[in-house]
Amino acid sequence: MSKVLIVAEHDGKSLNPSTAKCVTCARSIPGAEITVAVFAQDAAAVAAQAAKLQNVARVLKVENPANEHALAAVIAPQVVALARDYTHVLGPSTTFGKDLMPRVAALLDTAQVSDIMAVESETRFRRPIYAGNVLVTVDIDAGSKIVGTVRTASFEAAAEGGSATVEAAAVQVELPKHTRFVSVSAAKSDRPDLQTARRVISGGRALGSAENFKMLYSLADKLGAAVGASRAAVDAGYAPNDLQVGQTGKIIAPELYIAIGISGAIQHLTGIKDARTIVAINKDAEAPIFEVADYGLVGDLFQIVPELEKLL
Amino acid sequence: MKRILVGIKRVVDYNVRVRVKPDGSGVVTDGVKMSINPFDEIALEEALRIKEKGGAEEVVVATIGPADTQQQLRTGLAMGADRALLVEHAGALEPLDVAKVFLKLIEKEQPFLVILGKQAIDDDNNQTGQMLAALWNRPQATFASKLELAGEQAKVTREVDAGLETLEVDLPAVVTTDLRLNEPRYVKLPEIMKAKKKPLETLPLASLGVSPRQRVTPVKYEPPPQRQKGVLVKTPQELVEALKKKGLVA
Ligand SMILES: Cc1cc2nc3c(=O)[nH]c(=O)nc-3n(C[C@H](O)[C@H](O)[C@H](O)COP(=O)(O)OP(=O)(O)OC[C@H]3O[C@@H](n4cnc5c(N)ncnc54)[C@H](O)[C@@H]3O)c2cc1C
Ligand SMILES: Nc1ncnc2c1ncn2[C@@H]1O[C@H](COP(=O)(O)O)[C@@H](O)[C@H]1O
Repeated sequence: MSKVLIVAEHDGKSLNPSTAKCVTCARSIPGAEITVAVFAQDAAAVAAQAAKLQNVARVLKVENPANEHALAAVIAPQVVALARDYTHVLGPSTTFGKDLMPRVAALLDTAQVSDIMAVESETRFRRPIYAGNVLVTVDIDAGSKIVGTVRTASFEAAAEGGSATVEAAAVQVELPKHTRFVSVSAAKSDRPDLQTARRVISGGRALGSAENFKMLYSLADKLGAAVGASRAAVDAGYAPNDLQVGQTGKIIAPELYIAIGISGAIQHLTGIKDARTIVAINKDAEAPIFEVADYGLVGDLFQIVPELEKLL
Repeated sequence: MKRILVGIKRVVDYNVRVRVKPDGSGVVTDGVKMSINPFDEIALEEALRIKEKGGAEEVVVATIGPADTQQQLRTGLAMGADRALLVEHAGALEPLDVAKVFLKLIEKEQPFLVILGKQAIDDDNNQTGQMLAALWNRPQATFASKLELAGEQAKVTREVDAGLETLEVDLPAVVTTDLRLNEPRYVKLPEIMKAKKKPLETLPLASLGVSPRQRVTPVKYEPPPQRQKGVLVKTPQELVEALKKKGLVA
């Protein structure tokens, strides 16, 4: 039997949907019994949400003022303290999990499997490498603890309707003071979250300015879509960094992805491989984005986008 | 001496479209262009800028890899690094072992700052910096897009899913780079000539007392499923109708 510990991602109030995807991944490990651990200053609200996820057997609250912000150096030794009783320790492959989980693995003197996209057995997993151009199946040493991050775009979120027990866990470890949270600047918007949105409209370098980029926001609002961007658009300052889609940005799986003025570099495409339908709007008929687009429209975005807005 | 240690990995150049070997035993790397991992170029650039502003006295670049990796170290020296360390090892090495090697190099070099890339674009692991910080029992500031040193501390802005997060860490610390930290300089020809005279020390892996272990065994490599090429529509109207028909827009 496998005992899986999932480290919950949250902002102190709400459980991040990435955790429900980790639960689905964990479920595909044969015979898995799933525990979710919530590290927080006050874990009650988040723990209650985690307890509702189907197939979660137990939720552990690890409360400590030091857990107010998710500092990897502070959380990692606490995860290690809990990990003793588990065969697998999983976190999401979001910036939260990418930061934390390797620190956990190293403290356990074990390897990490990054970006798990499929589980083939207790010890065999598939993951993308080379910007998603290659998939590799790996075997992990039987007998050692398995630490992994879950590629959230590969799994559906676990449904609600469960009723796991919630317990407080006492963790006695010394926590470092060498790392301090200063601030986080999050652009607050009413638009859907890029990582979970059903529709996403992304813009590239072709938008030409932050001012022009705004026309994508109004189109997105008409569709109830989230907005994304290519690296070139973010580098140029047209869009904030948290909108970047791709190998080094967000990996997303919307039902509809509309790429506007994006060429379709492999580093960008790896972020949208799991999109159900891809639409490309680009003035260059040879742009690689058309190779993967379900619907392509060749033309000038500055004419097409206003027309689309009128039609929608 | 105030020293910064920078990790450089030799990887298949980011412009190369890699192919899986027909028997699924690996990817084709013969005759393929190799480069410094792009995130490591950014790491080195940052270290050089800190030194140029008087924040450090020496920048040391280190790599673990086969003898050929000298090429990338020479490029690093040409960019402006003062010294290079080549830990020679022919086979693949897992991030945990890379971190263990870097810990040995830290004992030897006593840097006040270690800068690595956030991920190597071949295996896309994104692990080594975090593992090194854990083994060293020091702070980590990953995915950095801004780095400011002030005395015994560093203030680091990180690219996170929510936006930008700022941390303060005590030094020494490990920082891993994101794309927008800086734009690496181009190497000029005279620098390439000068770099040939800069010290490059080769250390066999065994001499560092790290014995690598394979914990993760690849059993099969395969190309991802290809998407079908779709259709071209001629007008925005046609596009909207097609999307409506599929129920993708109301
Ligand atoms: C290590 C590394 C990691 C990377 N990670 C990422 C990543 O995570 N995400 C990412 O996106 N990129 C990433 N990149 C960058 C990637 O290689 C490309 O450079 C980038 O995606 C290009 O962005 P773009 O398509 O907006 O710009 P371009 O490639 O310049 O494309 C602009 C497109 O707009 C079209 N166009 C121009 N004008 C118009 C118009 N008026 N109407 C319609 N179309 C027009 C052009 O035909 C062109 O196809 C990474 C690169 C490296 C080296
Ligand atoms: N063999 C290596 N030699 C030098 N540095 C490395 C090596 N492997 C990884 N690194 C460093 O660790 C970073 C992250 O790599 P990874 O964890 O493999 O994605 C890279 O960007 C490098 O800075």
